[in-house]
Amino acid sequence: MNLTGKAWKFGDNVDTDQIIPARYLVTADPAELGKHCLEDADPEFVKKVRVGDVLVGERNFGCGSSREHAPIAIKAAGVSAVVAKSFARIFYRNSINLGLPLFETPDASRIEQDDVLELNPATGAIKNLTRNETYRATPLPPFAQEIMAAGGLMRYVAKKKGLAGRPS
Amino acid sequence: MGMTITEKILADHAGKTDVHPGELVDCRLDMLMGNDITAPIAIREFEKVGATEVFDPDRLAIVLSHFVPAKDIKSAEQCKIARDFAKRHRLKYFFDEGRGGIEHILLPQEGLALPGDIVLGADSHSCTYGGLGCFATGVGSTDLAAAMILGSTWFKVPESMKFHFYGTPRNPWLSAKDLILYAIGQIGVDGATYRAMEFTGEAVRRLSVDQRLTLCNMAVEAGGKNGIVAPDEVTVEYVKPRAKRPWKLFQSDPDARYHSVHEWDVAKLDLQVACPYSPDNVRPLPEVAGIDVDQVFIGSCTNARMDDLRIAARIMRGKKVAPYLRCIVIPATHEVFKQAMKEGLIEVFSDAGCAISESTCGPCLGGYNGVLGPEEVCVSTSNRNFPGRMGHPKAKVYLASPAVAAATAIRGKLAMPEEVAP
Repeated sequence: MNLTGKAWKFGDNVDTDQIIPARYLVTADPAELGKHCLEDADPEFVKKVRVGDVLVGERNFGCGSSREHAPIAIKAAGVSAVVAKSFARIFYRNSINLGLPLFETPDASRIEQDDVLELNPATGAIKNLTRNETYRATPLPPFAQEIMAAGGLMRYVAKKKGLAGRPS
Repeated sequence: MGMTITEKILADHAGKTDVHPGELVDCRLDMLMGNDITAPIAIREFEKVGATEVFDPDRLAIVLSHFVPAKDIKSAEQCKIARDFAKRHRLKYFFDEGRGGIEHILLPQEGLALPGDIVLGADSHSCTYGGLGCFATGVGSTDLAAAMILGSTWFKVPESMKFHFYGTPRNPWLSAKDLILYAIGQIGVDGATYRAMEFTGEAVRRLSVDQRLTLCNMAVEAGGKNGIVAPDEVTVEYVKPRAKRPWKLFQSDPDARYHSVHEWDVAKLDLQVACPYSPDNVRPLPEVAGIDVDQVFIGSCTNARMDDLRIAARIMRGKKVAPYLRCIVIPATHEVFKQAMKEGLIEVFSDAGCAISESTCGPCLGGYNGVLGPEEVCVSTSNRNFPGRMGHPKAKVYLASPAVAAATAIRGKLAMPEEVAP
């Protein structure tokens, strides 16, 4: 299934303190966290972002703290996927675990603010509809694809252990 | 072909004789850790799937560290979720305020992170424990939740980078903080992404365990998956009286393969400072000394152990904090606080006019207990200086060693230790 949305362009080293400042970590409520997503980097972002839009970074997106509040806030703000030249390790792992699609491609720097993108999480294909260009992201390792296909790590674990609960 | 210490520990925990970089392995875990920020989400996920038992309640440590004593009602609620869970599951290693401290200093202190272990912590600075010769890495809350059920997790075997520090320092104040800041300045904040950072050489061997933990603590600031110092007699001496379990010593083979090797002569190194707004914006101290400073913070999982407090006290003894500057000292754990009191260090800081508090991560992440206002300048012994990290996005944070922070508190400007303590 393809995801389509407008690009929100950020630079190198967008760290988790910028994605969700620590002053908001007193809660784990997604709706509350979503309200403050990227507030210190762009105070207008949350007001203007639309459901399905795509975050685009350059190098080392998501570096810093391991706070899962970062991908939670991104998802809750309505963002459908993140494209970057590279991702920090813990953010990458957290996003897979939460089912937030990530696209790692050197072509991230070709994408500009407001470009309309069509993304295919299964193949890693990125179509830039504004510029009529196609990029290809490094596909997720098969193991990570299994977790994504299950709908996140906890669903995967629940299935493996035969647990009956309903993970989000 | 030989293996690195990181590869050997992963192979050992995956039940394999050898592993190679890039390979995915499922590893048994020796110790799990969550704090008051990350554990509540892990607990929610754990309970949502209907899990009822932690795979081994003696292998999960929950440490309230970030916003304790609770700074407001919401943080009290987070702590309560963690505390109630610990009670319900009879966790032996639950650490509340007054009995615990900052997790990355507490776990080694309590003998819960040991050589040869795999420690999975829901906090990015979990890589600290690598200073004891274990594989330790930070993950998010959902990874912790899954590990609480399974007792294992998957890893991609990282390539290893070797950082070899040789020679004898010319500057007597040169510390592990300067070595790691220098390394991050050289390779950048993504210079070790997905990789292991192995620290070797005579200058590393000479470091105390406290200092080795500082070295590995900031591996994540270069993007590293883990930092590691191979264990030796210094490690064993530290671990022996504390260990709660048996441990195992691993060493890298002489013919182990590395992604890259950096060799640096510590005799040529100045003290180092990471300038705003990135831990890799590192400059030799003499180039930046003299800038005006509003706040000094001596604390955090990077530099608040006994070694750090002794150095800071040596510089501050009999002196006063400069006018219009405030200095906050936060010992890393309750034990460190007690020991610092016994040694008279708390008195030194108090006489100098420092604010001293029970242990918390508070100011390091702009949580509470030392939050910065707009345009304020802070010299901090912590680990990150991204915009907004310690408070207002326009505040400026310089990362430095305890010696530099203490000298700065006395001088009122970013200072060299020799300026105040000949």
